[in-house]
Amino acid sequence: MATYDFVFDGLGLRDWCDSGGAGDAPMSMADLLAQSSGGGAKETTLWELPFPSLDALNDACGRIIQSRALTKGLEEGFLAIKDALRFVLDPMTQPLSWLLEIALAVFETAPWWIMFPILMAIVYLASKSMRLVFFVAGCMAFLAVIDHYEFAMQTLAIIFVCAFLCVLFGVPIGIAMSRSNTLQRMIIPILDMLQTLPPFVYLIPLIFLFSVTEPKLYGIAIILYAIVPVIRLTDLGIRLVDEDVIEAANSFGMTKRQKLYGVQIPLALPNIMAGVNQTIMMSLAMVVIASLVSAPGLGVLVLRGIRNLELGVGLVSGLGIVLLAIILDRVTKAALDRVNAAQKH
Amino acid sequence: MTDAVKISVRNLYKVFGEQPQAVLEHVLAGISKTELLEKHQHVLGLREINVDMLDGKVTVIMGLSGSGKSTLIRHLNRLIEPTDGQIVVDGADVLAYGEEELRNLRRSVMSMVFQRFALLPHRTVVDNAATSLKVRGVNKDEYLAEANKWLDRVGLKGFGNHYPHQLSGGMQQRVGIARALTSNSPIMLMDEAFSALDPLIRTDMQDLLLELQTELHKTIVFITHDLDEALKIADHLVILKDGFIVQQGEPQHILLNPNDPYIEDFVSDINRARVLRVRSIMTPLEGGSVPPEAHGEVGYNDTLESVIAQSGGDTSHSYIVIRDRAPIGTLEMTRLVKALVPRVASEAGARKY
Repeated sequence: MATYDFVFDGLGLRDWCDSGGAGDAPMSMADLLAQSSGGGAKETTLWELPFPSLDALNDACGRIIQSRALTKGLEEGFLAIKDALRFVLDPMTQPLSWLLEIALAVFETAPWWIMFPILMAIVYLASKSMRLVFFVAGCMAFLAVIDHYEFAMQTLAIIFVCAFLCVLFGVPIGIAMSRSNTLQRMIIPILDMLQTLPPFVYLIPLIFLFSVTEPKLYGIAIILYAIVPVIRLTDLGIRLVDEDVIEAANSFGMTKRQKLYGVQIPLALPNIMAGVNQTIMMSLAMVVIASLVSAPGLGVLVLRGIRNLELGVGLVSGLGIVLLAIILDRVTKAALDRVNAAQKH
Repeated sequence: MTDAVKISVRNLYKVFGEQPQAVLEHVLAGISKTELLEKHQHVLGLREINVDMLDGKVTVIMGLSGSGKSTLIRHLNRLIEPTDGQIVVDGADVLAYGEEELRNLRRSVMSMVFQRFALLPHRTVVDNAATSLKVRGVNKDEYLAEANKWLDRVGLKGFGNHYPHQLSGGMQQRVGIARALTSNSPIMLMDEAFSALDPLIRTDMQDLLLELQTELHKTIVFITHDLDEALKIADHLVILKDGFIVQQGEPQHILLNPNDPYIEDFVSDINRARVLRVRSIMTPLEGGSVPPEAHGEVGYNDTLESVIAQSGGDTSHSYIVIRDRAPIGTLEMTRLVKALVPRVASEAGARKY
């Protein structure tokens, strides 16, 4: 006797319910306990009235599906389309694997006395500040002294590739969004979802789709997680460009392309750069989590610290990640400031 | 300059809203602005605009904010599409233009100067001035030379490599004017070009514009809400109110013969002595004989202010009006004094609306 029996009795559906074979559905733990304690037909008071959920209704009528069918259905559905999905996605994402492998190989094999000057040159070009160059050199030297250089380079290699791809895809998507309100309305919920979904959740379907040994597995996870800010801020930046200036551009007969490259993108650049900064920081956050699925780098050490309770290893590699974060943030912020200074109103 | 019509606006209507075409019939039937808003949720932007803008002349469109003047000027280069009507430039219907022809119109026939300058903040002054040439794909040496020439002309020699934010408002608007001039277009649209500037700079800029105009003879369409400014530079004055034309004509004529309480209200507050000119109130010479009792000579285009100064305030004087070194009329001081009094004051009660 279940709480909602009266609903089905009242509607005259009892026969239909029973004909389905109420006992077929798999039993839940609660059912088992109730059965073993012998109290099958316990009378429920109004106080304990359960919400008419699928499980509660299933008690009353075997024809109603149980809630676990939802998760099960999702899982089965995903497994059913998995092969087809992999058939499409695998070749499409293969270049990502190659890029990551090449970048990792380059960053690992290049001797430190070549990598240092190259990195410093990049820092200088981006920031035009010698102070920052010395700061970065100091941080890198520290990481090298404590023998974390190789791990840091692996992490950097992954971030370079993923952030580059984020910008490569994110900026055009943001531009397209800024031009069409419909597209914006469609994409914003997806971005919201990507941004709020706990990072671990990305990994679950990806593990089913790709083999864990492939770099693209974590590459995709990082890109999905980190691409959001650059898309959002490109869209925002272009929409924020002064209406008057756009009108002036129109009044002088600029084509859409001239307007985009000559006016909109340059004026949106501070916002786009802020997006790139955020994207880089988010890929750093994700690259640590991605070490769960075989991403190399400092994250591996953090993971080791957690798994084996090696406090020192975990803390030192955590410090290494903080240093990398500071370096990446300072350099991109310095580049952003230069852009801002060049076009203040 | 001949009196050829450069831009002709015919029966122009603009309705803002979801379905402007659907409510156009109500507008054509003469529904009022408030009624249209209440019953149909559409805003009447412009109604039955007919203006002929003459080649080489300055047409000033004046009205208070919300009168539709900025909307009107944006129709001329189709930054705003009309709901109904015709815009004819050099005999061609602009509304029939395709994308390519419209771009050409904007690139080489009409250039625009904006109230808030609208310069590109990331480009240097000379690059800004060269905008229209760069858009057309002119090579660098050529556009730099042309842009620098016009920058010099508007008084910004040596500022070419500055960025707009390094310049004052007045200087930025000079760049705006140089940008419009560099395009070498016969028509210049000026949307409240001087309204954002402080009064002294504004006077400077008006003088600059008049000086350029005597030399270049562009067809200028100038928007303003300032009557003094309108009277100073207009050859033809169009007064807008709530989206329709209240009165248009020669500015001095409007000043002396306002046909609407709205305009009387407008003109009653200005310094008539500074605005009115001798030619508007003189008595033309009949038969060509110069009256012997005149106290002196005044110029055809002199302001009444200068005549008063010349007379020392003596209202018994009369003067001979000279144009091109020949006498063409006479001016009695009594007549001058009468002209200084707005009609509303003499017809007591006219402002009771």
